[in-house]
Amino acid sequence: MSFLVAFGSLVLAVLEFHGRCVELMALTVRGLLRRPFDGRAIATQVVRVGVEGLPVVLLTAVFTGAVLALQTYTGFQRFHAEAWVGSVVSLSMLRELAPVLTALMVAGRSGSAMAAEIGSMRVTEQIDALVALATDPVQYLFVPRVVAGIIVLPMLVALANGFGIIGGYLVAVRLLGANPVAYGESTFQFLDLNDLWSGLIKAGVFGLLITLIGCQQGFDTKGGAEGVGRSTTAAVVLGSLAILVSDFFLTKVLF
Amino acid sequence: MHEPPEIQLAGLRKSFGPKLVLDGLDLSIARGDSVVVLGKSGAGKSVLLKHLVGLLEPDTGTVAVQGEDLWTAPRSRRDEIRRRFGMSFQEGALFDSMTVGENVAFPLRRHTRMTPAEVRGRVAECLALVRLHGIEERRPAELSGGMRRRVGFARAIALKPEILLLDEPTTGLDPITTDVLTRVIVRMRDTLMPTMVTITHDLKVAFAVAERVALLDGGRIVADLPPREFAASSDPRVAAFVRGDASEELEAAGSEKGSE
Repeated sequence: MSFLVAFGSLVLAVLEFHGRCVELMALTVRGLLRRPFDGRAIATQVVRVGVEGLPVVLLTAVFTGAVLALQTYTGFQRFHAEAWVGSVVSLSMLRELAPVLTALMVAGRSGSAMAAEIGSMRVTEQIDALVALATDPVQYLFVPRVVAGIIVLPMLVALANGFGIIGGYLVAVRLLGANPVAYGESTFQFLDLNDLWSGLIKAGVFGLLITLIGCQQGFDTKGGAEGVGRSTTAAVVLGSLAILVSDFFLTKVLF
Repeated sequence: MHEPPEIQLAGLRKSFGPKLVLDGLDLSIARGDSVVVLGKSGAGKSVLLKHLVGLLEPDTGTVAVQGEDLWTAPRSRRDEIRRRFGMSFQEGALFDSMTVGENVAFPLRRHTRMTPAEVRGRVAECLALVRLHGIEERRPAELSGGMRRRVGFARAIALKPEILLLDEPTTGLDPITTDVLTRVIVRMRDTLMPTMVTITHDLKVAFAVAERVALLDGGRIVADLPPREFAASSDPRVAAFVRGDASEELEAAGSEKGSE
């Protein structure tokens, strides 16, 4: 019986979270369409999420490409298919690894930061102060962050694609002695423009999810410093889960 | 006397979960009046104040500003009504991502078409009124508690509000800083002549600032009198509050469960 109660309340919590996200999403869209349009706030967030996140994202991409080349090389060697390592690296990076890993890094870096910042504003009454100053807090806080997320994530992923391929190339050619020309050819041989697009579309959706969940967790913070900590954790956990779950369905839809 | 009161609360009831905080509260505030609402910690004073500016929606009852119901008005109208308010918060609630100057300028930049020079002038004017000078470039984190609250006042009066709400302006400050803030509040009252509602549990502040003193107890306003009459009131709840005497309350608690 208590199991049923626990299960029921879990289901309710999940539904409530989804409802809340949809509600805030609608308020964000409304805030975006209404004046004032704050371009500078968006630019600030683009710098914070994108420019400042660049080193982490690129480092992740280089090493992911490198390890991918290393692993597939040892595996493929067993049935003399070393020639396809380049294709495997580029296809996996573009379609799957660059978008997902970049998004996970950004969720850990920026989603948590947004939850912490907005959560502190909530517990120190700064959000109440915004409302009292006749300012829509969702418009003021959510719109720049969510818009920046949607713009920046595809850009980061595009760069991560390149750096991942470079990482794979360096390992294969410099470390494992693959023929540079053959490796380069194999990298682009089976690539389709759709591979790039599907990755970039995924990235845009991930950008939306990370920022929306980060802002929502911060906005709905309850109970002082402890609450801010809880929101920050939840922003990373829920953000990462949202990325991985939506990744499956997006891949299914985007072929 | 046909003019509607500046603020009219009728039958206000609000609970958080099982806890009933406001229980059919009535309060009417005339234009230009300075009302201080006294009450114990946890009596619901801040909840009351947050209802005035529409930060909280009552479960039942109405909040009317200049005769206009805040919650039947559409959202955009509610924001227009809010622009008549200035509110200062307990700890100042300054935006800590901005400088002091940007904090005070925030409502001006958002709601007026003033030029940058005009904004700067008005910011300096507001800071001067709360007796602060040349701290525009400082960050809220660098300020003392008393200064932070005064900057909060400056931000609240930037748009020359018709109604000024002060939430616990002196709570947790030393007596000297409390006196500074009290004088600043009186100065704002006499210079701007707003309708003013102050929430506090400090009697000294209350008697310095108020034209009327109200006592919030058990979710209702149980007394609403001019300061002198309030201080001399024979109502047991008012007298107990003025004397700072908890014996009656402890007796009541003792006869129930003996807890606390």
